[in-house]
This record gives sequence, structure tokens and C-alpha cells, in this order.
Amino acid sequence: MTLFFFKCALGLYLLGTLGYILFILWQVRTLARLSFAVLFLGFTFHTLSIALWTYDKGYFPIHGLGESLSLFAWAVIGVFLIIQIRFNILALGSFLSPLAAVMMISSSFLPSQSGPVSPLIKNLWLMVHVGTIFIGNGAFAVAFLAGIMYLLQERQIKSKRPGPLYRRLPSLEVLDALNYQALIIGFPFMTLGMLSGSIFAQYTLGSFWRWDPKEVWSLITWLLYGVLLHGRLVSGWRGRRSALIAIAGFLVLIFSFLGLNLWVQGYHNFSAFKAPAIQSPVSE
Amino acid sequence: MPPEKTLPEANELEEVILEIVILGLNHNTAAVDLREQLISLLRREGETQTFFKGVPGLDEIFFLTTCNRVELLFTSEDPENAVRDLTDRWAAGLEEPLSQFLPKIYVFRGDEAVRHLFRVASSLDSMILGEPQILGQIKEAYRESVRNRNTGVILNRLLHKSFSVAKRVRTETGIAGHAVSVSFAAVELAKKIFRDLNDKKVLLIGAGEMAELAAEHFFNNHVRNITVINRTRERAEELAGRWQGQSLPWAELSAALFETDIVVSSTGAQEMLIDAAQVRQIMRKRKQRPLFFIDIAVPRDIDPRINEMDNVFLYDIDDLQGIVTQNLAERKQEARLAEGIVAEEGLKFRTWLKGLEVVPTIVALRKKFDELREGEWKKNSSLLDGMTDEQQKGVEMMMEALVNKILHDPISFLKDFGHEEHKDQKINSLQKIFKLDLGEGKVSEDTNAEPKA
Repeated sequence: MTLFFFKCALGLYLLGTLGYILFILWQVRTLARLSFAVLFLGFTFHTLSIALWTYDKGYFPIHGLGESLSLFAWAVIGVFLIIQIRFNILALGSFLSPLAAVMMISSSFLPSQSGPVSPLIKNLWLMVHVGTIFIGNGAFAVAFLAGIMYLLQERQIKSKRPGPLYRRLPSLEVLDALNYQALIIGFPFMTLGMLSGSIFAQYTLGSFWRWDPKEVWSLITWLLYGVLLHGRLVSGWRGRRSALIAIAGFLVLIFSFLGLNLWVQGYHNFSAFKAPAIQSPVSE
Repeated sequence: MPPEKTLPEANELEEVILEIVILGLNHNTAAVDLREQLISLLRREGETQTFFKGVPGLDEIFFLTTCNRVELLFTSEDPENAVRDLTDRWAAGLEEPLSQFLPKIYVFRGDEAVRHLFRVASSLDSMILGEPQILGQIKEAYRESVRNRNTGVILNRLLHKSFSVAKRVRTETGIAGHAVSVSFAAVELAKKIFRDLNDKKVLLIGAGEMAELAAEHFFNNHVRNITVINRTRERAEELAGRWQGQSLPWAELSAALFETDIVVSSTGAQEMLIDAAQVRQIMRKRKQRPLFFIDIAVPRDIDPRINEMDNVFLYDIDDLQGIVTQNLAERKQEARLAEGIVAEEGLKFRTWLKGLEVVPTIVALRKKFDELREGEWKKNSSLLDGMTDEQQKGVEMMMEALVNKILHDPISFLKDFGHEEHKDQKINSLQKIFKLDLGEGKVSEDTNAEPKA
């Protein structure tokens, strides 16, 4: 049933993505509205799928890269749906849905992890850690896209030769506000995620902070977003600079999400979730 | 007395084949002074419709004058003569030799006239492609025509159709999509920089005509805070008053730049008014809140390098002109789509018009059968008298139902527009089969003649 719901979600996301791409090409508003509804339906199925999985196993689907990507996509779509209701930037869906779709497709191709897991993974603090971190990730994905859209639109305007994108993208001020909005959702969640993670680490591994590569990179990401937030609130950073930092932040985030899992060893690695790895973190 | 313009009687329609004609001149065919003269001539002749009194064969008329065109749309049973008579009158009134006048006018008939009207209404024939005023002008002229009872079934339908065609063109194509004037292009740009203009402040530096126009556009787009700075304070005050704005002395330029969001500069100054260092300083002070400069002065007032700064946007007159050119090219592209819509709607209108031709036959057919029914009723009155009221009612209903059922097939046969080219033959055959007598025997002769085009 979990798989069935996942496939429904995948199918609907793809359909919604197609709709949003056609919308940006043809500029038919109805298409955007329909695609939004389709994504919403897909999100419902996705939520069901994840909820069933979690209920079944007792922990969030973060067992393997595939499952984590699915959770990531879920968070991205979730944050989008909420932000979209407030901002109603039709073009945002055309940028965001392909990102979520790529995550979902990769997720469906990656093998599902099986086998026993460490009992430690079934822990409330870890649940909070994973939940908040992923919501933060979703929000930063929106900030990232807002940054990209901002740079594109700025380029259109500054070039003095506005092309087709110029009409399709909202105003710079709106894109900047979107960037900010996503940041003030993402930052507290990421902070919470890191705090709950270190409480979990203290509780299970005996120390709050272990200089695990993922921890280090997450700290870098967190600092980047922290600097951006500070700059925005205190020094009036906005526009291009904010967009660039939001983009950089997300790239670092993706690197620590994907790159570290693939290339670097650490107890955040998916392989480490297998019993009994998590009990014996790598010792340098 | 205005001519009667009710739905034509069945007989009338069959006898008279009306043709839709447009006679006129526009900005492409005639120079502005000729257009002006013609308009004032028509005005001088009193209410425009009286001018057409006595033109042979004019039936319904609709008269449109704008600054770019003078057009007369009418239906006539004798279009050739009507056109000749009208052009003679116009040429005479203008005191222009007919040979010189004729090349300046155009005449469209039938489908061509319908198409021309649709094109005009959709602003495909306008000097500035896609400009929105023309539809309003046509609607106003139509209201006038209706008031004077100049239009009837055909033109009412045609004009209403032209409104809906124009609407379709507007919504389905980008013909009216984007700014084709410098000042409006500036407003559009501002809307892509700022979220909404309601809470934005506009600063006019200098009080040139262009700046005035731009300010007017900003005002129409909900900017409610307009400040004017000019070397002569009086002029600044006068302008500012127009938009309930304020004026400032020249010395306060720097302070004003700090306050504002949009700057429209159009001074006659020979040197740069605002340089990069100044803007950099202002931006720091205003915490990088975006600032949009529109420099429509020649020579330019503002250092072009400021466009490279973050959150500062600068467009000069050439940049804006470039956008206008680009948008115009786009409108031309969209116009091709619009022509398709016009052609399609023209066909639909023709179908309706052709449908009018079968109306008299249907009416005659009905009339004949009703007469037959009444005849039978009278013939059998003795028999019917013996019945109760209820029974009589029953018989009556039965006969009516029978007539309706018999007529159903021939009528749908007539109304079937599937084979347009056979319509005249269809009408002929039906009239022969049922021995229909339309218009005192005149039609039975007509029906043997060649089908009319």
C-alpha cells in the first residue's frame, strides 16, 4: 500500500510538473491552477505513503538515499503548497515542480534499503530531528528557487532587452519577499533540527557534537543562512546579494545531503543506519 | 421620420437581397486634413443621419468617425448606386474632384465588409496596432445609431458580433499585450521591479511633456505620491497640483532621491545631474531599497553606470524606445492570430446571414399549413358541433401536433446549413413542392431564375 501511494504521488507530481511547464510556455492561468490542485492531491498521497511507512516501521523513511529523497521532495512540495497559498506566484510552481519531480524519480529508481536497522533510529528526538531538518530543507529549496528566479528577472531587466521570461516572472520585489519568507521558515526549522539532533546524539552517543562531516557541513549551511538572515534584518541586504547567498546555501545543503553520503564516511551515512553501525561511530 | 427598422417581414426579405457595404477612408488612404474636412462636412449637414436621407436603397446605416477614420456601414438593396451617390455627395461637399477623391476611399462589400468591420473593431486596422480606444468609439457610435433608429436586424447583429470578436481577439491573442508607448513601457517596467505601485513614490525632475505623460501613467496605475522638482518652482507646483502631489525646491534634490522609489528625469540640463557616487551613497542610506530611474532627458541627466549597481535600475529614452519597438513587433506577430479569429467569425456571421434567407420560406410554409388546418376545421364544423368542449380541444390539439410533425422534416431540411451551396435549390424545391406563394406571385418567377449570389 505504501508503494501504491508512492506511485500515485509520483504520477501526480509528474502530471503537475507537466502542467506547470505547459503553463510557463503557454501562459494559460487555468493550467497553473489545475497543476496546483494535482500537486496537492499528489502531496496527499505522498503524505499517506510516508505516514504508513512511518507507522509500519516506527521511524521516518530515511533509511536509504531513495527514501530520503522522497522525504525531501515531500518537504519541498509541502512548503511550496503553503507558501503558494500566501504568495500566489504562479511561475514558482514551474520552477519548483521539476525539482521535486527529479527527486521523486531518482527516489523511485534507487533501491529501497532493507535489513535490520539500529534500534536507536526509533527515537523521538531523532524523529523531531529528521522532521524539522527536512521542513527546513524544503523551505531552503524554495528560497533557492526564489533566488534563481530573482537573478533571471534581474538579468532581464538590467539587460534592457526583456525576453519572454520577463513577462512570466513576477516582480523583483515579490521574488525578494519570497526569498525572505522561505528563509524565515527554513532557518528556525533548521535550528530546531540541529538542536534536536545534538540532543539525540547526547542521548544515544554521549556527546552533543562529534565533528562528523555532515555536522560540519550542516553547520556551514546554518551559518550561511544565519548570516543572510542577519544581513537582511540588520543591514538591509536584499535583492541580488540575498539571492546569491540563498543559492549558495542550498548548494552547500545539497552537497551535504548527497555528496557526503556518496563520498565521505560518517555516522549520518545511510549505511551507518544499519545495525549495529550507529552504535559504533567512526573513530578518526 | 426615422425609417422603420423592425424585423423584416417574410415577404420583404425574399424580394430584397440586401448587401452589407462599408464605404470609408482612414489614416492609410487619406491625409488628416481631408479626414477633418469630411467630418466637419458631415457635422455641418446636421445630425449625421440626415445627410444620408435620399440616398437610394440605403436600409440600415451605421456611421463611425474617429480621428483616424470616417466609415459608413450600411445595408442596401442597390449597393452600386448607393456607393456612387454617396461618393458624389462627399466629393461635392469637399469640393474635391471625384477623380482625386475616389482613390482615397475604400469600398468593401459582403464578406469583405464584415471582415473589415471586425478588423477595425479588433484594432487590427488601427494606426497603433491593438490600441484599445477604437472599440469604445464603435460602441459609442453604435449607441448613437440605435438612438436614431438607424440600425436593424442585420447591423445590430453585425455590430454586436464585432464587439465579441474584438473581445475574443483581446483575450486570445497578445495584440494588446504590452506597452507601445515610452511612458507606458516605463510603468510596465516599474511593475516588474516593485510589487505594487500603490505605496510607491514618484519623483519628477524637470517638467517636460514626456515626464508629464509618464507621471500621468503612474497616477493612473495607483501611484498616489508624486513629487515634482523643477528649476522654476511655479511650474513644479502647477504640475504637482494635477496629481495632488507636492513640489520641492531644486536644492532638495538629494533628500528627495532618498525618499522616492521611482525617478523620472527630463531636465534640459547639459551636464549630468545625478552621478554614480551620489547614488551609491543614497542606496546605502536607504538600506538598498530598490530605486528605479527613468531618464528621458536628452542629453541624459543620470550617469548610465548606475545601472550596474544592485537594486538600482536605469532606463534611458533609447532603452525604452527599444522595448516599444520590440513590443510592436510582437503585436504584429499576434495580429496574424487575430486575423484567423476574424476570418473564423466572419464565416459564422455569413452562416447566420444565409440563415435569414430561409426564414420567409419557413414562415410561408407554416402559414399554408395553418390555413389548411383552419379550412378543415371549418369544413367539418357540423361534425365538431356535436362534441363537448373538451373533445373539440382534443381534436384541435391533435391537428396542431400533426401539422408540427409534418413540418418538422422540411423545416430542418431548410435549416440544415451543411450544404451551403445548395441552399437556393433547397428553397426552390420546397416552394415548388408545397406551392408556396411568396409576395404576390413574384417569387415563383424569381425561383426559376439563377440563384442569386
